[in-house]
Amino acid sequence: MRAIAPFNLVPPEPLLRAQHVTLEYASERGVVRATDDVSFDVYRGDRFVLLGPSGCGKSTLLKAIGGFIAPRAGSLHLGGTPVTGPGPDRIVVFQEFDQLPPWKTVKQNVLFPMLAGGIARAEAEVRARHWLGKVGLARFADAYPHTLSGGMKARVAIARALAMQPAVLLMDEPFAALDALTRRSMQEELQALWDEIGFTMLFVTHSIEEALVVGNRILLLSPHPGRVRAELNSHQFSLASAGSHEFQAATQRIHALLFGADADAPAVQPQPALVQP
Amino acid sequence: MSAVHEPPVRPEYVAPQRAAPAPALVSTGQVNRLDWLNKPAILLALVILWELLARWVDNDLLLPGALQTARAFIDGIASGELIGYVTVSLAILVQGFLLGVAIAFLLTWVAVSNRFGRELIDTLTSMFNPLPAIALLPLALLWFGLGKGSLLMVLVHSVVWPLTLNASAGFRAVPETLRMAGRNYGLGGLRMVLQILVPAALPSILSGLKIGWAFAWRTLIAAELVFGSTSGQGGLGWYIFQNRNELFTDKVFAGLATVILIGLAIERCVFQTLEHVTVRRWGMQR
Repeated sequence: MRAIAPFNLVPPEPLLRAQHVTLEYASERGVVRATDDVSFDVYRGDRFVLLGPSGCGKSTLLKAIGGFIAPRAGSLHLGGTPVTGPGPDRIVVFQEFDQLPPWKTVKQNVLFPMLAGGIARAEAEVRARHWLGKVGLARFADAYPHTLSGGMKARVAIARALAMQPAVLLMDEPFAALDALTRRSMQEELQALWDEIGFTMLFVTHSIEEALVVGNRILLLSPHPGRVRAELNSHQFSLASAGSHEFQAATQRIHALLFGADADAPAVQPQPALVQP
Repeated sequence: MSAVHEPPVRPEYVAPQRAAPAPALVSTGQVNRLDWLNKPAILLALVILWELLARWVDNDLLLPGALQTARAFIDGIASGELIGYVTVSLAILVQGFLLGVAIAFLLTWVAVSNRFGRELIDTLTSMFNPLPAIALLPLALLWFGLGKGSLLMVLVHSVVWPLTLNASAGFRAVPETLRMAGRNYGLGGLRMVLQILVPAALPSILSGLKIGWAFAWRTLIAAELVFGSTSGQGGLGWYIFQNRNELFTDKVFAGLATVILIGLAIERCVFQTLEHVTVRRWGMQR
């Protein structure tokens, strides 16, 4: 691994930059701190994974990047401009199936954000057909979402997001509501799409295996509130290497980092340490 | 290896791949072919029972039979008398209903726009929704006199509260994910309302319209029974009331049948069609 010197390949400017981000949201019990002083950089073409147990603020972080929540402290920059609100340059793929308006057919669903964003209908139609073909749903263009399976709904959401050609694709546990076999094939398809197009994505998950398979870089967050535990490389892993010894070792290493002895201690200090790969 | 294991260890095997058989879907038409006949059959049985009961009672003033009622109904239609009364009733009904719908949407907008509005509308609906519209008629007569104004007031009252209640509940129940998706695509304000919120709340809005329509129809007939004609023109309720006074009981029955038929027709033709082309087609309602 040391043979590859990554430094001359890395672009000088990160696409997405989170600096000392502290997020809070109001709940019934009062203000809850979701993340505390989280910093990371996402480069063009990254498959950047936010990984952590529930309560580590990974979804809240994604929503903040989506522009739905303003940070309490710190800053979020996309391509040098600060994130101030939701926008079509950061399309979100949600976990819930009701992200697809049920009153629109599959094709209308893919067209919807493009038409809302002012793209000409003819151009949007071409793009919609292209992306529905890419996710294997060309035959279902005129079907309503309620007639589709969970995996197909997830594919529609991905096609809809990619058709917008966002600067960064934000995926909020997109496969968590799918069954295990469908999830696996969706991970394969996502990988194939990325191999072909090379979009930038930020992927939230609570599954260590999914993080290793899907991502090339993993930000590990510890919970209550979310703090950076480590930032790791995972570009060497894919579904093909999921059973390998290295994969098992990486899984155990992440598990130890998240649930290790020092994580059990209540008074643990936020660790800003960047663990070297 | 001599010990007997429970469960036993069996040899593994892999079945050779074969083509999937043709789908084993039994035609559903076979099973339900006669289902559509159920309702007409029940209706026919009820009509026969009614006719038998009428013949047994044998008193035209108290209980005219089904045939006699049908004759009065057909006569009423043929002479144009019944149609005239129906037209008067429906004209005022449509005006009251539309006015009520407009006010209800205004109130719904107040209810979903901010917290104070929500509490205000919640209080108002819980106060006025249980209040029968017909109970306001004496007050309406005092304010607007004998005439269209009073009818409109009670009609509006009967439509506004159930519709506001349903529509605002529908808007509140729009999934957060869908709202976020809308904001994600840069939708806001009126475009958000028209492209996300209204379609998503449509099942509740439709059921509110349905309830509002039914309340309005019965309120109108009841109000017409109480004070009858407006400026010389009577409605269906007035027709029923007049004929009872003159002891044309068969015409009273014909009037009641008309009330039922119109109610059924609007429910079937307007609301069920609307549901079929929208919320049922979209899988938002079964």
